[in-house]
Amino acid sequence: MKASVIVFPGSNCDRDVKVAIEAVTGKPVNMIWHGDATVPASDVIVLPGGFSYGDYLRCGAMAAHSPIMRDVVRKAKAGTPVLGICNGFQVLCETELLPGTLQRNASLQFVCRDVWLRVENASTFFTNQYRKNEIIRVPVGHGDGNYFAARETLDDLESSGRVVLRYVDRHGKATPEANPNGAQRNIAGICDPTGRVLGLMPHPERLFEPALGGTDGRRFFESMLTRIAA
Amino acid sequence: MKARIKITLKTGVLDPQGKAILNALGALGFAGVEDVRQGKYIEVDLAETDASKARETVDKMCRDLLANMVIENYAFELV
Repeated sequence: MKASVIVFPGSNCDRDVKVAIEAVTGKPVNMIWHGDATVPASDVIVLPGGFSYGDYLRCGAMAAHSPIMRDVVRKAKAGTPVLGICNGFQVLCETELLPGTLQRNASLQFVCRDVWLRVENASTFFTNQYRKNEIIRVPVGHGDGNYFAARETLDDLESSGRVVLRYVDRHGKATPEANPNGAQRNIAGICDPTGRVLGLMPHPERLFEPALGGTDGRRFFESMLTRIAA
Repeated sequence: MKARIKITLKTGVLDPQGKAILNALGALGFAGVEDVRQGKYIEVDLAETDASKARETVDKMCRDLLANMVIENYAFELV
């Protein structure tokens, strides 16, 4: 089990996700600087949360064109699983590995709190240890998490099971009040057609052990471990 | 040669910052403001002297990096 976390200038959840993956898998994680040309052979690549390049131009836009991302995109297209968390999700959209984009929160406010999510696809590389329609609690912390895509793209995502996570209330209803950022159709996370590239705004690494106040995020990392071990 | 590039949100794309500006203008007493859309203005200095080559280059810059074609349109002039 070899995981690599890409570190951009301005990443700030890179070490959190390293700690979470190492705790769950028991294996050391590579930290790869954005200026490197290649990612060493990895079972999984993680794009962490943060504010890469100070969010200049658009969130994730500069990072998407950094030297290391050429190799990440190449490897993702060749089948290496990639998890993009928060800023990592924004970067995945800017590289067009995932469709759509993340706009400024509809409230214009930075949102930092726990949200409820419904796991709509429990067969991806990163969600196979959840049950379909399970309601989980994971924190968000972002100013630009308002998922937007053209209507045809949204319909395509829905009909192909690629909406992986949706913001819901604690009873599992996808209401406007449960939506922290105005995301279309309460979308919190989506995947590519293979289920091996996943982007999500919430931070599973922030709730992966009881000392952090919850463990609902832990199974994202157990899911990838299960797939890699299989 | 200089490229003056304007990047604007596509019609129908929500612009929460434009809305906030609209509200602020109303609060300041500016009556009759019907809508506000916020965009970006970028100037790029080019060594290129051939206008048609410059146009081609700037067009590619916009598509590859400066604008996000999911939500934004771009337009530019060369001076």
